[in-house]
Amino acid sequence: MEARPYYFTGGACISAIISADRLEKRFGTLVAVDRIGFEVRKGEVFGFLGPNGAGKTTTMKMIQCISPRTGGSLAVFGMDVDAHPREIKRQLGVVPQENNLDPDFTVYRNLLVYSRYFGIPRAEADARIEELLEFVQLQEKRDVMIDKLSGGMKRRLILARALVNMPEMLVLDEPTIGLDPQARHIIWEKLKSLQALGKTIVLTTHYLDEAARLCDRLVIMDNAKILVEGNPQDLILEHVGADIVEAEYAPDVVACLQDMDMPFETFGDMVQVFTDSPHEVARTLLETCDPKRVLARPATLEDVFLKLTGRTLRE
Amino acid sequence: MGLRLFFITGYAWKVWRRNLDAFLKTYRVNFLPPFIEPLLYLLALGFGLGTYIEAVDGIPYVRFIAPALISISVMFSAFYECTYSSFVRMYYQKTFDAIIATPISIEEVIAGEILWGATRSLIYASLMLPVLIAFGVVDLPASLLVIPFAFLAGLLFASIAMCFTAITPSIDALNYPSYLFITPMFLFSGTFFPLTILPLPIQYLALGFLPLTHVVGVNRSITLTQFSPMIYVHLGWIAVVTAIFFAIAIRLMRRRLIV
Repeated sequence: MEARPYYFTGGACISAIISADRLEKRFGTLVAVDRIGFEVRKGEVFGFLGPNGAGKTTTMKMIQCISPRTGGSLAVFGMDVDAHPREIKRQLGVVPQENNLDPDFTVYRNLLVYSRYFGIPRAEADARIEELLEFVQLQEKRDVMIDKLSGGMKRRLILARALVNMPEMLVLDEPTIGLDPQARHIIWEKLKSLQALGKTIVLTTHYLDEAARLCDRLVIMDNAKILVEGNPQDLILEHVGADIVEAEYAPDVVACLQDMDMPFETFGDMVQVFTDSPHEVARTLLETCDPKRVLARPATLEDVFLKLTGRTLRE
Repeated sequence: MGLRLFFITGYAWKVWRRNLDAFLKTYRVNFLPPFIEPLLYLLALGFGLGTYIEAVDGIPYVRFIAPALISISVMFSAFYECTYSSFVRMYYQKTFDAIIATPISIEEVIAGEILWGATRSLIYASLMLPVLIAFGVVDLPASLLVIPFAFLAGLLFASIAMCFTAITPSIDALNYPSYLFITPMFLFSGTFFPLTILPLPIQYLALGFLPLTHVVGVNRSITLTQFSPMIYVHLGWIAVVTAIFFAIAIRLMRRRLIV
């Protein structure tokens, strides 16, 4: 990935909330993050997408100052992550991939104990926790133990916990993992309102509709590297085109497409034509190739993702 | 370095406080065992078996084992807190991960855990002492010194325990130090019979490698009000070994958790 040297003065970045340059993380011989460069600007929602093992979570952990880099530079709030972890973490709100709420305590006490780690005085913490419980709609659950909460409630509580120190930036690793559609929508709504308050948000997700909906900019990672970076809509137009026409796979359909010199790709039992004029392509296909079924639809981030990272299963 | 250590301690107490809160929430199950346990030992060993034993070095048998009972409790409480309980917090509950996402560092988390383990020793010793006083088997007022000493001895066992926790592959593997280290110590540290009746090489082994030997030595001096220069050897040994294992525990834990 190209670096952006003009943002760097003597290794320290001034204008970006996060700036990474040739950032690298090795575990022995395994390269988990391979000299990536990116920057996150104030107030934006920035996404990291990629298959399992692409290096997203490792990058998140380096940003959170809990996993030391093995090469390159990484600055958060203009401070080096190795030199100033405490100062950085004080302004950071973290939603980890795994629920790590404290099962020994109630909802309220979880937030209170956490606020103590930040050194927030008791009176201030009490007031803030009231607000946060209202924000994530958990007021009625305040005295409930953690194991009595649903998955969605736990995620909301973790979000509230991440906000207890009034962070400048939120780092969320798969914030809606395992949630039902209703619970996901609540989280999205909350993240949107946090962005409206000027918070910078960095997140990873496997849900591409979520990324398209939330992110101002995103990167797609694979094999420890960043493949592309940009606004979701721009990426779709650039890599796939506005629309897709899909037909059920059949040898005569393929032959017909080849005869017409129409570029297409085959995915399993589907033939896909990337196009900017879906109606014409669909009509031509129906009239000349006689396919079983034709579907014209807008292209999505998922199409970009699969095109760039392939369809091989990752473990 | 001194200043840095001070900051570590400041943040470590927040971790300590988390554990205290959790402990107090379940105080009923936490406060009962230290009352029951010495009673059982006193009755079975002191007044049961003890009736067949006239005296050990001129000391009635119950008075001989009373300081050992406190020492054992101090050992158990710190050791089990910083092995099984710390492992549950670290591995299953991911409590350490949650804490290091805040301004607190992993070194401070481990220091806080060890301080808490020692505090548990202090709590248990404080709860046991009144029982032993009630039976009239420890001297007053000297025996009150058992309480602050329990914290120091607790630091020793907590630090050693944390080293095992840092290297154990699973919670089951913690049974090894429990059976191969704690149980022999329980028996061969001058607890229920004086070290001096063992062969000399074993006496040296106990003094060199079994921390409980030194803890029993100090507590016995305190509860019998019999101080000899040997107490300096015991205290010195404890201080040095505690410092070493405290440093090793933090280093090993950092290596395990910060990757």
